[in-house]
Amino acid sequence: MSDNGGRDVPGKGLLDGLAVTFKTMTKRSTTQQYPDVEPDLPPRSRGVIALSEENCTVCMLCARECPDWCIYIDSHKEEVVVPGAARARQRNVLDRFDIDFSLCMYCGICIEVCPFDALHWTPEFEYAETDVLSLLHDKDRLGEWMRTVPPPPAHDVLGEPSKEEATAARKAAGPGAATAAKTARPSSVRAAPPATAARAVPKPPGDAASPEQAP
Amino acid sequence: MPLWLDLLIRVVAVMAAFLVLPLVVGQAEHKVMAHMQGRVGPMYAGAFHGWAQLVADGVKFVQKEDVTPREADRAVFRLAPIVALFPYLIVLLTVPLGPGGLVAQSLDIGLFLVLAVLGIGVVAVLMSAWSSANKYSLLGGVRGAAQLLGYELPLVLAAASVAMAAGTLSLPGIVEAWRPWWLIWQAPAAFVFFIAGLAEIRRPPFDMPIADSELVFGYMTEYTGLRFAFFLLAEYVGIVVIAALTTVLFLGGWHGPFADQLGWLWTLLKIFALSFVIIWLRVSYPRLREDQLQRLCWLILVPVSLAQLVLTVAVKALT
Repeated sequence: MSDNGGRDVPGKGLLDGLAVTFKTMTKRSTTQQYPDVEPDLPPRSRGVIALSEENCTVCMLCARECPDWCIYIDSHKEEVVVPGAARARQRNVLDRFDIDFSLCMYCGICIEVCPFDALHWTPEFEYAETDVLSLLHDKDRLGEWMRTVPPPPAHDVLGEPSKEEATAARKAAGPGAATAAKTARPSSVRAAPPATAARAVPKPPGDAASPEQAP
Repeated sequence: MPLWLDLLIRVVAVMAAFLVLPLVVGQAEHKVMAHMQGRVGPMYAGAFHGWAQLVADGVKFVQKEDVTPREADRAVFRLAPIVALFPYLIVLLTVPLGPGGLVAQSLDIGLFLVLAVLGIGVVAVLMSAWSSANKYSLLGGVRGAAQLLGYELPLVLAAASVAMAAGTLSLPGIVEAWRPWWLIWQAPAAFVFFIAGLAEIRRPPFDMPIADSELVFGYMTEYTGLRFAFFLLAEYVGIVVIAALTTVLFLGGWHGPFADQLGWLWTLLKIFALSFVIIWLRVSYPRLREDQLQRLCWLILVPVSLAQLVLTVAVKALT
């Protein structure tokens, strides 16, 4: 029954209610049959975090930026003797890389700050545990997730060439060649690096050196 | 056919109906409710769309511990679910399924017996409520008693109207005397009987006695395992019984095309249709508040059923 000035027939609200439920019944329900049917995840879904161990340089940026302090990193240094070098170099070796997913709030800052693409989002979300301690994933388990990381999206053909491409092109053109970023810009379809280098104009003096050549 | 065999067949048939029909209605409730709420409903028990859900529920109930509260009045507490269930079995014995004596036990005072036995429900509610030694149970039981006593009146008055129209108290006799135009003439009585019947079996929206958001589960709070299952079974048998009585009294029972051969089918169809309506009402309407519940009974249903009685007498006197 409605209260809008008695214009409605009494009992109309009751009948309307019945009509609503009946109409809903005759429609197909759109329930996702989740455990039976895998959900259709959108691209760039954020599930668990994967670690590509060989990319990690133990720079500790992720652990320092993590708001929850849920990343634990231990490492030691090893001497690397390079033949012909004046003295032995040192490199960091990862001993432990744990992420405690019971603390993680999935902000993704660790992935953002990682300079060497050692951390990745994967769309996997089924890693619930009956024991909260099992949510501490060690570096082997984080490495396992790497298999589920989707390939990165294709580069925009109209965009700037990637740093790697530009570097490769310049190296192929030899010293003194222009950067690929300047030459490739006008052409809509970027040619292969050697072709770019062939059309390259001589590098003007005073052009900033690339980071690789910087001291 | 010897008497004992005849008796055996009838009793077995009624027991089968008593055990099977509530399960069918209960399963229908699972699925209909789910689809009315845009869900899927139980899908896993059994092979096809979870048809064995209620069987699985029964197995689950049997496995549960049977707890009796320490302060409870043990004998009364244990007896209450049986008292809740048993009257419906008696009622089912007298419901005519088809023409030509297709009824477990035809009685000349069938309607009288049915109404009297249905009234036992209030005893079961009070027994369980008082013996549980739990304030929620007691509150639920008192609410239930007030509701059952109140709705007994329109239920009986509406049934009296149709008995007067038919000139008999026998249930098969009422179906025999029924004519299609009674659908219009006795419509108010049918409406009152159906609504009051819903309240008698404490179905939503008349489930104030077990309002789970305020009374935990009312008079069923302390019940576990098989005894709780009996209460639930009583609710589903109650649906069947109320639908069957409404069918027999107001919708012409077995009347329909090919009534002589397919009469039982018509009765069952009508029972299931009414059971669907009962489920439909449950999904569509919120629970009535205690005062709304009593107001509906005393200010709408009782006057309507009294007016129907006057109308019935007038029409009977004129024709």
